[in-house]
Amino acid sequence: MKVVFFIAACASVLAVFLICVFLFANGLPAMGKIGPLKFLLGTEWRPTNDKFGILPMIVASIYVTAGAIIIGVPIALFTSVFMARYCPKKIYKPLKSGIELMAGIPSIVYGYFGLVLLVPLIRQLFGGTGSSMLAACILLGIMILPTIIGVTESAIRSVPESYYEGSLALGATKERSIFFVVLPAAKSGILAGVVLGIGRAIGETMAVIMVAGNQPRMPKGLLQGVRTMTANIVTEMGYASGLHREALIATGVVLFVFILLINLSLSLLNRRAEHAN
Amino acid sequence: MQTNISAAADPVESAAMEKRNSLSVKDHMKAYISHPGSGIMMLLTMIGAVLTFALLFFLIGYVLVKGIPYLDASLFSFTYTSENVSLLPSLINTLIMTVVSLAIAAPIGIFAAIFLVEYAAKGSKFVKLIRITAETLSGIPSIVYGLFGMLFFVTTLKWKMCLLSGALTMVIMILPLIMRTAEEALKSVPDSYREASFGLGAGKLRTIFTIVLPSAVPGILAGVILAIGRVVGETAALLYTAGTVAAVPSSLMGSGRTLALHMYVLSSEGLHVNQASATAVVILAFVLVINGLSGYVAGKIAKG
Repeated sequence: MKVVFFIAACASVLAVFLICVFLFANGLPAMGKIGPLKFLLGTEWRPTNDKFGILPMIVASIYVTAGAIIIGVPIALFTSVFMARYCPKKIYKPLKSGIELMAGIPSIVYGYFGLVLLVPLIRQLFGGTGSSMLAACILLGIMILPTIIGVTESAIRSVPESYYEGSLALGATKERSIFFVVLPAAKSGILAGVVLGIGRAIGETMAVIMVAGNQPRMPKGLLQGVRTMTANIVTEMGYASGLHREALIATGVVLFVFILLINLSLSLLNRRAEHAN
Repeated sequence: MQTNISAAADPVESAAMEKRNSLSVKDHMKAYISHPGSGIMMLLTMIGAVLTFALLFFLIGYVLVKGIPYLDASLFSFTYTSENVSLLPSLINTLIMTVVSLAIAAPIGIFAAIFLVEYAAKGSKFVKLIRITAETLSGIPSIVYGLFGMLFFVTTLKWKMCLLSGALTMVIMILPLIMRTAEEALKSVPDSYREASFGLGAGKLRTIFTIVLPSAVPGILAGVILAIGRVVGETAALLYTAGTVAAVPSSLMGSGRTLALHMYVLSSEGLHVNQASATAVVILAFVLVINGLSGYVAGKIAKG
Protein backbone atom coordinates (compact mmCIF):
# COMPACT_ATOMS: atom_id res chain seq x y z
CA MET A 1 0.00 0.00 0.00
CA LYS A 2 2.88 2.33 0.78
CA VAL A 3 3.79 2.22 -2.91
CA VAL A 4 0.28 3.38 -3.85
CA PHE A 5 0.53 6.33 -1.47
CA PHE A 6 3.97 7.12 -2.85
CA ILE A 7 2.72 7.09 -6.44
CA ALA A 8 -0.16 9.39 -5.48
CA ALA A 9 2.31 11.75 -3.87
CA CYS A 10 4.32 11.79 -7.10
CA ALA A 11 1.28 13.01 -9.05
CA SER A 12 1.93 16.69 -8.37
CA VAL A 13 5.60 16.35 -9.32
CA LEU A 14 4.58 14.57 -12.52
CA ALA A 15 1.97 17.25 -13.28
CA VAL A 16 4.43 20.12 -12.95
CA PHE A 17 6.96 18.20 -15.04
CA LEU A 18 4.43 17.50 -17.81
CA ILE A 19 3.15 21.08 -17.85
CA CYS A 20 6.70 22.44 -18.19
CA VAL A 21 7.67 19.95 -20.89
CA PHE A 22 4.55 20.41 -23.01
CA LEU A 23 4.43 24.19 -22.76
CA PHE A 24 8.10 24.71 -23.49
CA ALA A 25 8.28 22.05 -26.21
CA ASN A 26 5.33 23.62 -28.05
CA GLY A 27 6.11 27.27 -27.39
CA LEU A 28 9.87 27.66 -27.68
CA PRO A 29 10.18 26.52 -31.34
CA ALA A 30 7.76 29.27 -32.37
CA MET A 31 9.85 31.81 -30.49
CA GLY A 32 12.88 30.51 -32.38
CA LYS A 33 11.11 30.78 -35.75
CA ILE A 34 9.84 34.29 -35.13
CA GLY A 35 13.07 35.35 -33.44
CA PRO A 36 13.07 35.72 -29.64
CA LEU A 37 13.72 39.46 -29.73
CA LYS A 38 11.16 40.11 -32.46
CA PHE A 39 8.65 38.09 -30.48
CA LEU A 40 9.26 39.61 -27.06
CA LEU A 41 9.99 43.19 -28.11
CA GLY A 42 7.97 43.49 -31.31
CA THR A 43 5.17 46.03 -30.97
CA GLU A 44 3.01 44.73 -33.80
CA TRP A 45 0.67 41.75 -33.51
CA ARG A 46 -0.74 41.02 -36.96
CA PRO A 47 -1.08 37.26 -37.39
CA THR A 48 -2.33 37.63 -40.98
CA ASN A 49 0.90 39.42 -41.94
CA ASP A 50 3.06 37.03 -39.92
CA LYS A 51 3.92 39.76 -37.44
CA PHE A 52 4.00 38.33 -33.93
CA GLY A 53 5.22 40.91 -31.42
CA ILE A 54 3.76 40.49 -27.95
CA LEU A 55 5.29 43.52 -26.24
CA PRO A 56 1.89 45.32 -26.22
CA MET A 57 0.37 42.37 -24.36
CA ILE A 58 3.25 42.12 -21.87
CA VAL A 59 3.04 45.84 -21.15
CA ALA A 60 -0.75 45.66 -20.87
CA SER A 61 -0.54 42.76 -18.41
CA ILE A 62 1.95 44.69 -16.28
CA TYR A 63 -0.09 47.92 -16.40
CA VAL A 64 -3.36 46.21 -15.57
CA THR A 65 -1.74 44.30 -12.70
CA ALA A 66 -0.11 47.47 -11.36
CA GLY A 67 -3.46 49.27 -11.53
CA ALA A 68 -5.17 46.44 -9.68
CA ILE A 69 -2.49 46.53 -6.99
CA ILE A 70 -2.79 50.32 -6.61
CA ILE A 71 -6.56 50.02 -6.17
CA GLY A 72 -6.71 46.74 -4.27
CA VAL A 73 -3.81 46.84 -1.82
CA PRO A 74 -4.81 49.90 0.26
CA ILE A 75 -8.41 48.67 0.60
CA ALA A 76 -7.22 45.15 1.44
CA LEU A 77 -4.68 46.43 3.96
CA PHE A 78 -7.20 48.55 5.84
CA THR A 79 -9.77 45.76 5.74
CA SER A 80 -7.33 43.24 7.18
CA VAL A 81 -6.37 45.69 9.95
CA PHE A 82 -10.07 45.98 10.67
CA MET A 83 -10.52 42.21 10.68
CA ALA A 84 -7.53 41.59 12.95
CA ARG A 85 -7.81 44.51 15.35
CA TYR A 86 -11.15 46.34 15.24
CA CYS A 87 -13.80 43.81 14.32
CA PRO A 88 -16.30 43.11 17.14
CA LYS A 89 -16.27 39.40 18.03
CA LYS A 90 -19.97 38.99 17.23
CA ILE A 91 -19.73 39.93 13.57
CA TYR A 92 -16.27 38.47 12.93
CA LYS A 93 -17.48 35.05 11.79
CA PRO A 94 -20.01 36.25 9.21
CA LEU A 95 -17.53 38.80 7.85
CA LYS A 96 -14.79 36.17 7.60
CA SER A 97 -17.08 33.85 5.65
CA GLY A 98 -18.01 36.85 3.51
CA ILE A 99 -14.37 37.20 2.50
CA GLU A 100 -14.18 33.47 1.80
CA LEU A 101 -17.29 33.80 -0.35
CA MET A 102 -15.64 36.66 -2.23
CA ALA A 103 -12.71 34.38 -2.99
CA GLY A 104 -15.11 31.66 -4.12
CA ILE A 105 -17.09 33.73 -6.63
CA PRO A 106 -15.96 32.55 -10.09
CA SER A 107 -14.12 34.99 -12.32
CA ILE A 108 -16.80 34.68 -14.97
CA VAL A 109 -19.33 36.19 -12.53
CA TYR A 110 -16.93 39.04 -11.73
CA GLY A 111 -16.47 39.53 -15.47
CA TYR A 112 -20.22 39.64 -16.02
CA PHE A 113 -20.54 42.17 -13.20
CA GLY A 114 -17.88 44.32 -14.84
CA LEU A 115 -19.48 43.97 -18.25
CA VAL A 116 -23.00 44.98 -17.25
CA LEU A 117 -22.14 47.56 -14.60
CA LEU A 118 -18.56 48.83 -14.71
CA VAL A 119 -18.20 49.22 -18.48
CA PRO A 120 -21.44 51.22 -19.01
CA LEU A 121 -20.57 53.31 -15.95
CA ILE A 122 -17.16 54.25 -17.37
CA ARG A 123 -18.75 54.92 -20.75
CA GLN A 124 -21.18 57.36 -19.19
CA LEU A 125 -18.67 59.06 -16.91
CA PHE A 126 -15.67 59.40 -19.22
CA GLY A 127 -16.96 58.65 -22.71
CA GLY A 128 -15.37 56.17 -25.10
CA THR A 129 -16.51 52.57 -25.33
CA GLY A 130 -16.07 51.83 -21.65
CA SER A 131 -14.18 48.61 -22.32
CA SER A 132 -10.87 49.91 -21.10
CA MET A 133 -7.79 49.44 -19.01
CA LEU A 134 -9.50 51.34 -16.19
CA ALA A 135 -12.38 48.85 -16.08
CA ALA A 136 -9.92 45.95 -15.98
CA CYS A 137 -7.87 47.60 -13.20
CA ILE A 138 -10.92 48.25 -11.01
CA LEU A 139 -12.36 44.78 -11.56
CA LEU A 140 -9.05 43.05 -10.84
CA GLY A 141 -8.55 45.33 -7.83
CA ILE A 142 -11.81 43.94 -6.43
CA MET A 143 -10.96 40.36 -7.35
CA ILE A 144 -7.61 40.30 -5.54
CA LEU A 145 -9.09 41.72 -2.31
CA PRO A 146 -9.91 38.35 -0.64
CA THR A 147 -6.50 36.89 -1.52
CA ILE A 148 -4.57 39.77 0.01
CA ILE A 149 -6.91 40.19 3.00
CA GLY A 150 -6.60 36.52 3.95
CA VAL A 151 -2.78 36.47 3.95
CA THR A 152 -2.36 39.93 5.48
CA GLU A 153 -4.81 39.27 8.31
CA SER A 154 -2.99 36.14 9.41
CA ALA A 155 0.34 38.00 9.10
CA ILE A 156 -0.97 40.74 11.41
CA ARG A 157 -2.31 38.15 13.83
CA SER A 158 1.03 36.35 14.00
CA VAL A 159 2.79 39.45 15.39
CA PRO A 160 3.31 38.84 19.15
CA GLU A 161 0.76 40.68 21.27
CA SER A 162 3.60 42.07 23.41
CA TYR A 163 4.65 44.41 20.55
CA TYR A 164 1.22 45.99 20.56
CA GLU A 165 0.98 46.17 24.34
CA GLY A 166 4.51 47.56 24.64
CA SER A 167 3.66 50.34 22.23
CA LEU A 168 0.43 51.16 24.10
CA ALA A 169 2.34 51.22 27.38
CA LEU A 170 4.72 53.79 25.89
CA GLY A 171 1.72 56.04 25.39
CA ALA A 172 1.07 55.52 21.68
CA THR A 173 -2.55 55.50 20.54
CA LYS A 174 -4.17 52.31 19.27
CA GLU A 175 -3.79 53.40 15.64
CA ARG A 176 -0.14 54.44 16.07
CA SER A 177 0.61 51.07 17.67
CA ILE A 178 -1.08 49.17 14.86
CA PHE A 179 0.25 51.12 11.90
CA PHE A 180 3.76 51.89 13.14
CA VAL A 181 4.58 48.87 15.32
CA VAL A 182 2.43 45.87 14.38
CA LEU A 183 2.31 46.41 10.59
CA PRO A 184 6.08 46.88 10.16
CA ALA A 185 6.60 43.67 12.14
CA ALA A 186 4.22 41.86 9.76
CA LYS A 187 6.00 43.32 6.72
CA SER A 188 7.13 40.14 4.99
CA GLY A 189 3.76 38.44 5.47
CA ILE A 190 1.97 41.43 4.00
CA LEU A 191 4.39 41.54 1.09
CA ALA A 192 3.72 37.84 0.47
CA GLY A 193 0.01 38.65 0.29
CA VAL A 194 0.65 41.40 -2.24
CA VAL A 195 2.82 39.11 -4.37
CA LEU A 196 0.09 36.48 -4.27
CA GLY A 197 -2.33 39.17 -5.42
CA ILE A 198 0.02 40.06 -8.30
CA GLY A 199 0.02 36.41 -9.35
CA ARG A 200 -3.78 36.30 -9.31
CA ALA A 201 -4.10 39.54 -11.27
CA ILE A 202 -1.59 38.71 -13.99
CA GLY A 203 -3.09 35.26 -14.54
CA GLU A 204 -6.72 36.33 -14.55
CA THR A 205 -8.32 35.66 -17.88
CA MET A 206 -12.09 35.57 -18.23
CA ALA A 207 -12.92 38.69 -16.23
CA VAL A 208 -10.28 40.72 -18.07
CA ILE A 209 -11.44 39.57 -21.51
CA MET A 210 -14.96 40.72 -20.79
CA VAL A 211 -14.04 44.27 -19.80
CA ALA A 212 -10.67 45.23 -21.29
CA GLY A 213 -11.60 45.68 -24.95
CA ASN A 214 -8.84 43.34 -26.25
CA GLN A 215 -7.24 45.60 -28.87
CA PRO A 216 -3.73 44.26 -29.53
CA ARG A 217 -1.84 47.56 -29.48
CA MET A 218 0.40 49.39 -27.07
CA PRO A 219 -1.61 50.74 -24.12
CA LYS A 220 -2.14 54.45 -24.70
CA GLY A 221 -4.30 55.56 -21.82
CA LEU A 222 -6.55 54.44 -19.00
CA LEU A 223 -9.67 54.77 -21.14
CA GLN A 224 -8.29 52.88 -24.15
CA GLY A 225 -8.83 49.19 -24.67
CA VAL A 226 -5.92 46.84 -24.01
CA ARG A 227 -5.24 43.15 -24.49
CA THR A 228 -3.38 41.19 -21.84
CA MET A 229 -1.33 38.05 -22.48
CA THR A 230 -4.10 35.86 -21.06
CA ALA A 231 -6.72 37.53 -23.25
CA ASN A 232 -4.51 37.11 -26.31
CA ILE A 233 -4.47 33.33 -25.81
CA VAL A 234 -8.20 32.91 -25.30
CA THR A 235 -9.48 35.28 -27.97
CA GLU A 236 -7.43 33.82 -30.82
CA MET A 237 -6.81 30.19 -29.89
CA GLY A 238 -10.24 29.21 -31.22
CA TYR A 239 -9.36 29.80 -34.87
CA ALA A 240 -5.56 29.95 -34.91
CA SER A 241 -3.46 27.41 -36.81
CA GLY A 242 0.17 26.89 -37.78
CA LEU A 243 2.67 29.48 -36.62
CA HIS A 244 -0.12 31.69 -35.26
CA ARG A 245 -1.21 28.90 -32.91
CA GLU A 246 2.37 28.25 -31.85
CA ALA A 247 2.86 31.97 -31.19
CA LEU A 248 -0.18 31.89 -28.88
CA ILE A 249 1.29 28.94 -27.00
CA ALA A 250 4.55 30.88 -26.78
CA THR A 251 2.53 33.72 -25.22
CA GLY A 252 1.42 31.16 -22.64
CA VAL A 253 5.08 30.26 -22.05
CA VAL A 254 5.94 33.91 -21.36
CA LEU A 255 3.00 34.11 -18.94
CA PHE A 256 4.12 30.86 -17.30
CA VAL A 257 7.65 32.23 -16.80
CA PHE A 258 6.18 35.37 -15.19
CA ILE A 259 4.15 33.16 -12.83
CA LEU A 260 7.18 31.00 -11.98
CA LEU A 261 9.17 34.12 -11.09
CA ILE A 262 6.31 35.36 -8.90
CA ASN A 263 6.07 31.94 -7.21
CA LEU A 264 9.81 31.97 -6.58
CA SER A 265 9.75 35.39 -4.92
CA LEU A 266 6.74 34.25 -2.92
CA SER A 267 8.53 31.24 -1.48
CA LEU A 268 11.58 33.40 -0.70
CA LEU A 269 9.31 35.87 1.14
CA ASN A 270 7.59 33.07 3.05
CA ARG A 271 10.92 31.67 4.11
CA ARG A 272 11.92 35.12 5.37
CA ALA A 273 8.64 35.47 7.24
CA GLU A 274 9.24 32.09 8.91
CA HIS A 275 12.75 33.09 9.94
CA ALA A 276 11.47 36.38 11.36
CA ASN A 277 9.13 34.55 13.70
CA MET B 1 -5.31 47.22 27.64
CA GLN B 2 -8.07 45.55 29.59
CA THR B 3 -5.88 43.19 31.58
CA ASN B 4 -7.10 43.34 35.07
CA ILE B 5 -4.19 43.27 37.47
CA SER B 6 -6.28 42.80 40.57
CA ALA B 7 -8.14 39.81 39.19
CA ALA B 8 -7.49 37.92 42.39
CA ALA B 9 -8.97 40.69 44.56
CA ASP B 10 -12.58 40.68 45.66
CA PRO B 11 -15.19 40.92 42.89
CA VAL B 12 -16.57 44.31 43.92
CA GLU B 13 -13.18 45.97 43.62
CA SER B 14 -12.31 44.29 40.32
CA ALA B 15 -15.65 45.37 38.85
CA ALA B 16 -14.90 48.94 39.91
CA MET B 17 -11.45 48.64 38.35
CA GLU B 18 -12.96 47.42 35.09
CA LYS B 19 -15.30 50.38 35.08
CA ARG B 20 -12.41 52.77 35.57
CA ASN B 21 -10.45 51.14 32.75
CA SER B 22 -13.24 51.02 30.19
CA LEU B 23 -13.74 53.95 27.84
CA SER B 24 -17.03 55.47 26.79
CA VAL B 25 -17.72 56.62 23.23
CA LYS B 26 -17.17 60.18 24.43
CA ASP B 27 -13.71 59.30 25.74
CA HIS B 28 -12.85 57.74 22.39
CA MET B 29 -13.99 60.85 20.54
CA LYS B 30 -11.91 63.05 22.81
CA ALA B 31 -8.86 60.87 22.26
CA TYR B 32 -9.26 61.03 18.48
CA ILE B 33 -9.68 64.81 18.52
CA SER B 34 -6.47 65.26 20.48
CA HIS B 35 -4.70 62.79 18.13
CA PRO B 36 -6.11 63.66 14.70
CA GLY B 37 -3.62 61.41 12.89
CA SER B 38 -4.93 58.40 14.78
CA GLY B 39 -8.48 59.47 14.08
CA ILE B 40 -7.78 59.62 10.35
CA MET B 41 -6.17 56.17 10.35
CA MET B 42 -9.16 54.78 12.25
CA LEU B 43 -11.54 56.34 9.74
CA LEU B 44 -9.54 54.97 6.79
CA THR B 45 -9.61 51.52 8.34
CA MET B 46 -13.37 51.69 8.75
CA ILE B 47 -13.83 53.04 5.23
CA GLY B 48 -11.68 50.23 3.81
CA ALA B 49 -13.65 47.56 5.62
CA VAL B 50 -17.02 49.05 4.75
CA LEU B 51 -15.96 49.36 1.10
CA THR B 52 -14.91 45.70 0.90
CA PHE B 53 -18.10 44.31 2.38
CA ALA B 54 -20.33 46.81 0.58
CA LEU B 55 -18.74 45.70 -2.71
CA LEU B 56 -19.43 42.06 -1.88
CA PHE B 57 -23.08 42.66 -0.97
CA PHE B 58 -23.60 44.97 -3.91
CA LEU B 59 -22.14 42.41 -6.33
CA ILE B 60 -24.30 39.58 -5.03
CA GLY B 61 -27.39 41.77 -4.85
CA TYR B 62 -26.83 43.17 -8.33
CA VAL B 63 -26.39 39.75 -9.93
CA LEU B 64 -29.50 38.41 -8.17
CA VAL B 65 -31.70 41.42 -8.99
CA LYS B 66 -30.56 41.45 -12.62
CA GLY B 67 -30.95 37.72 -13.15
CA ILE B 68 -33.90 36.42 -11.13
CA PRO B 69 -36.59 38.01 -13.35
CA TYR B 70 -35.25 36.02 -16.32
CA LEU B 71 -35.23 32.63 -14.61
CA ASP B 72 -38.07 30.89 -16.40
CA ALA B 73 -39.01 27.35 -17.26
CA SER B 74 -37.74 27.50 -20.87
CA LEU B 75 -34.20 27.91 -19.50
CA PHE B 76 -34.55 24.44 -17.99
CA SER B 77 -35.79 22.49 -20.99
CA PHE B 78 -33.93 19.33 -21.88
CA THR B 79 -32.54 20.33 -25.24
CA TYR B 80 -30.73 23.50 -26.17
CA THR B 81 -32.00 25.47 -29.12
CA SER B 82 -30.91 28.93 -30.19
CA GLU B 83 -34.34 30.20 -29.09
CA ASN B 84 -34.60 28.85 -25.56
CA VAL B 85 -30.81 28.87 -24.83
CA SER B 86 -31.52 26.27 -22.18
CA LEU B 87 -28.97 25.95 -19.44
CA LEU B 88 -30.01 22.48 -18.32
CA PRO B 89 -27.56 20.56 -20.58
CA SER B 90 -24.72 22.73 -19.27
CA LEU B 91 -25.91 22.12 -15.72
CA ILE B 92 -25.83 18.36 -16.26
CA ASN B 93 -22.39 18.64 -17.88
CA THR B 94 -21.20 20.60 -14.85
CA LEU B 95 -22.37 17.82 -12.54
CA ILE B 96 -20.69 15.15 -14.68
CA MET B 97 -17.49 17.20 -14.81
CA THR B 98 -17.50 17.70 -11.03
CA VAL B 99 -18.14 14.03 -10.24
CA VAL B 100 -15.51 12.72 -12.67
CA SER B 101 -12.78 15.14 -11.65
CA LEU B 102 -13.43 14.60 -7.93
CA ALA B 103 -13.55 10.81 -8.34
CA ILE B 104 -9.99 11.02 -9.69
CA ALA B 105 -8.54 13.94 -7.75
CA ALA B 106 -9.88 13.11 -4.29
CA PRO B 107 -8.26 9.65 -3.92
CA ILE B 108 -4.95 10.89 -5.38
CA GLY B 109 -4.94 13.97 -3.16
CA ILE B 110 -5.89 12.07 0.00
CA PHE B 111 -3.39 9.26 -0.67
CA ALA B 112 -0.66 11.82 -1.32
CA ALA B 113 -1.52 13.51 1.98
CA ILE B 114 -1.40 10.13 3.76
CA PHE B 115 2.06 9.55 2.33
CA LEU B 116 3.24 12.99 3.41
CA VAL B 117 1.85 12.75 6.95
CA GLU B 118 2.13 9.05 7.84
CA TYR B 119 5.03 7.66 5.83
CA ALA B 120 7.49 10.28 4.61
CA ALA B 121 10.45 11.23 6.79
CA LYS B 122 9.90 14.81 7.96
CA GLY B 123 11.99 17.32 6.05
CA SER B 124 13.30 14.83 3.50
CA LYS B 125 14.24 16.12 0.04
CA PHE B 126 11.34 14.29 -1.59
CA VAL B 127 8.79 15.88 0.74
CA LYS B 128 10.27 19.29 -0.03
CA LEU B 129 9.99 18.58 -3.75
CA ILE B 130 6.33 17.60 -3.41
CA ARG B 131 5.61 20.70 -1.38
CA ILE B 132 7.32 22.99 -3.89
CA THR B 133 5.51 21.42 -6.84
CA ALA B 134 2.14 21.61 -5.06
CA GLU B 135 2.75 25.29 -4.32
CA THR B 136 3.73 25.88 -7.94
CA LEU B 137 0.56 24.14 -9.13
CA SER B 138 -1.68 26.25 -6.91
CA GLY B 139 -0.11 29.43 -8.32
CA ILE B 140 -0.55 28.55 -11.99
CA PRO B 141 -3.39 30.50 -13.60
CA SER B 142 -6.24 28.52 -15.11
CA ILE B 143 -5.50 29.58 -18.67
CA VAL B 144 -2.10 27.85 -18.45
CA TYR B 145 -3.88 24.69 -17.30
CA GLY B 146 -6.18 25.13 -20.25
CA LEU B 147 -3.22 25.40 -22.65
CA PHE B 148 -1.60 22.34 -21.14
CA GLY B 149 -4.84 20.35 -21.29
CA MET B 150 -5.26 21.32 -24.91
CA LEU B 151 -1.68 20.36 -25.81
CA PHE B 152 -1.62 17.11 -23.83
CA PHE B 153 -5.10 15.57 -23.75
CA VAL B 154 -6.65 17.12 -26.85
CA THR B 155 -3.72 17.17 -29.28
CA THR B 156 -1.10 14.69 -28.10
CA LEU B 157 -3.42 11.96 -26.82
CA LYS B 158 -5.86 12.80 -29.66
CA TRP B 159 -8.94 12.73 -27.43
CA LYS B 160 -10.35 15.81 -29.18
CA MET B 161 -12.21 18.33 -27.04
CA CYS B 162 -14.26 16.25 -24.63
CA LEU B 163 -15.53 16.08 -21.07
CA LEU B 164 -12.74 13.69 -20.09
CA SER B 165 -10.01 16.07 -21.31
CA GLY B 166 -11.68 18.84 -19.33
CA ALA B 167 -12.13 16.69 -16.24
CA LEU B 168 -8.49 15.57 -16.23
CA THR B 169 -7.36 19.18 -16.61
CA MET B 170 -9.53 20.02 -13.59
CA VAL B 171 -7.96 17.11 -11.69
CA ILE B 172 -4.52 18.71 -11.97
CA MET B 173 -5.97 22.06 -11.02
CA ILE B 174 -7.76 20.97 -7.83
CA LEU B 175 -5.13 18.43 -6.76
CA PRO B 176 -3.00 20.88 -4.72
CA LEU B 177 -6.09 22.20 -2.93
CA ILE B 178 -7.27 18.72 -1.89
CA MET B 179 -3.74 17.65 -0.98
CA ARG B 180 -3.15 20.65 1.27
CA THR B 181 -6.45 20.49 3.12
CA ALA B 182 -6.21 16.71 3.55
CA GLU B 183 -2.66 17.08 4.86
CA GLU B 184 -3.77 19.68 7.41
CA ALA B 185 -6.68 17.48 8.45
CA LEU B 186 -4.48 14.39 8.91
CA LYS B 187 -1.89 16.38 10.84
CA SER B 188 -4.54 17.63 13.25
CA VAL B 189 -5.42 14.07 14.31
CA PRO B 190 -3.69 13.65 17.71
CA ASP B 191 -0.81 11.16 17.83
CA SER B 192 -2.42 9.51 20.86
CA TYR B 193 -5.08 8.06 18.51
CA ARG B 194 -2.38 6.36 16.45
CA GLU B 195 -0.50 5.16 19.51
CA ALA B 196 -3.65 3.75 21.07
CA SER B 197 -4.45 1.92 17.84
CA PHE B 198 -0.91 0.50 17.59
CA GLY B 199 -1.11 -0.41 21.28
CA LEU B 200 -4.21 -2.49 20.59
CA GLY B 201 -2.23 -4.40 17.98
CA ALA B 202 -3.55 -2.79 14.80
CA GLY B 203 -1.19 -2.52 11.86
CA LYS B 204 -0.23 0.73 10.17
CA LEU B 205 -2.74 0.43 7.31
CA ARG B 206 -5.57 -0.53 9.63
CA THR B 207 -4.73 2.41 11.87
CA ILE B 208 -4.78 4.80 8.91
CA PHE B 209 -8.04 3.59 7.41
CA THR B 210 -10.08 2.89 10.54
CA ILE B 211 -8.72 5.45 13.02
CA VAL B 212 -6.91 8.37 11.37
CA LEU B 213 -8.96 8.89 8.19
CA PRO B 214 -12.40 8.82 9.87
CA SER B 215 -11.34 11.45 12.39
CA ALA B 216 -9.96 13.62 9.59
CA VAL B 217 -13.10 13.40 7.44
CA PRO B 218 -14.55 16.87 8.19
CA GLY B 219 -11.30 18.63 7.23
CA ILE B 220 -10.90 16.58 4.08
CA LEU B 221 -14.53 17.17 3.18
CA ALA B 222 -14.18 20.95 3.58
CA GLY B 223 -11.32 20.85 1.05
CA VAL B 224 -13.27 18.66 -1.35
CA ILE B 225 -16.23 21.03 -1.21
CA LEU B 226 -13.96 23.98 -2.01
CA ALA B 227 -12.63 21.97 -4.95
CA ILE B 228 -16.22 21.51 -6.20
CA GLY B 229 -16.53 25.29 -6.15
CA ARG B 230 -13.41 25.62 -8.30
CA VAL B 231 -14.75 23.16 -10.89
CA VAL B 232 -18.19 24.77 -11.04
CA GLY B 233 -16.73 28.23 -11.61
CA GLU B 234 -13.94 27.34 -13.99
CA THR B 235 -14.00 28.73 -17.51
CA ALA B 236 -10.57 29.45 -18.97
CA ALA B 237 -9.18 25.95 -18.36
CA LEU B 238 -12.21 24.29 -19.98
CA LEU B 239 -12.73 26.49 -23.04
CA TYR B 240 -10.21 24.58 -25.17
CA THR B 241 -10.31 21.22 -23.36
CA ALA B 242 -13.99 20.43 -22.87
CA GLY B 243 -15.22 22.57 -25.73
CA THR B 244 -18.44 24.55 -26.02
CA VAL B 245 -21.04 22.20 -27.50
CA ALA B 246 -24.35 23.02 -25.84
CA ALA B 247 -25.62 19.48 -25.30
CA VAL B 248 -25.05 16.56 -22.99
CA PRO B 249 -22.65 14.24 -24.87
CA SER B 250 -23.44 10.53 -25.10
CA SER B 251 -20.12 9.60 -23.49
CA LEU B 252 -17.22 11.20 -21.67
CA MET B 253 -15.40 11.38 -24.99
CA GLY B 254 -17.87 13.93 -26.34
CA SER B 255 -17.63 17.68 -26.04
CA GLY B 256 -19.96 19.64 -23.75
CA ARG B 257 -19.96 23.03 -22.07
CA THR B 258 -20.28 23.55 -18.35
CA LEU B 259 -22.45 26.22 -16.75
CA ALA B 260 -19.66 28.79 -16.46
CA LEU B 261 -18.67 28.23 -20.10
CA HIS B 262 -22.32 28.52 -21.12
CA MET B 263 -22.44 31.88 -19.42
CA TYR B 264 -19.22 33.02 -21.10
CA VAL B 265 -20.45 32.03 -24.55
CA LEU B 266 -23.81 33.76 -24.00
CA SER B 267 -22.30 37.00 -22.77
CA SER B 268 -19.54 37.13 -25.38
CA GLU B 269 -22.05 36.56 -28.18
CA GLY B 270 -24.02 39.44 -26.73
CA LEU B 271 -27.34 38.14 -28.09
CA HIS B 272 -28.74 36.62 -24.92
CA VAL B 273 -27.67 38.99 -22.16
CA ASN B 274 -30.79 38.31 -20.10
CA GLN B 275 -30.24 34.56 -20.19
CA ALA B 276 -26.60 35.17 -19.22
CA SER B 277 -27.90 37.10 -16.21
CA ALA B 278 -30.12 34.18 -15.25
CA THR B 279 -27.20 31.77 -15.63
CA ALA B 280 -25.14 34.02 -13.35
CA VAL B 281 -27.82 33.59 -10.69
CA VAL B 282 -27.64 29.79 -10.97
CA ILE B 283 -23.83 29.80 -10.72
CA LEU B 284 -23.93 32.20 -7.79
CA ALA B 285 -26.52 30.02 -6.04
CA PHE B 286 -24.17 27.04 -6.47
CA VAL B 287 -21.26 29.02 -5.05
CA LEU B 288 -23.30 30.26 -2.08
CA VAL B 289 -24.46 26.74 -1.21
CA ILE B 290 -20.96 25.29 -1.65
CA ASN B 291 -19.38 27.98 0.52
CA GLY B 292 -22.06 27.58 3.16
CA LEU B 293 -21.54 23.80 3.22
CA SER B 294 -17.78 24.12 3.46
CA GLY B 295 -18.11 26.63 6.29
CA TYR B 296 -20.60 24.37 8.07
CA VAL B 297 -18.31 21.34 7.77
CA ALA B 298 -15.29 23.35 8.86
CA GLY B 299 -17.31 24.61 11.85
CA LYS B 300 -17.89 20.98 12.84
CA ILE B 301 -14.13 20.45 13.11
CA ALA B 302 -13.73 23.48 15.32
CA LYS B 303 -16.29 22.02 17.71
CA GLY B 304 -14.38 18.71 17.67
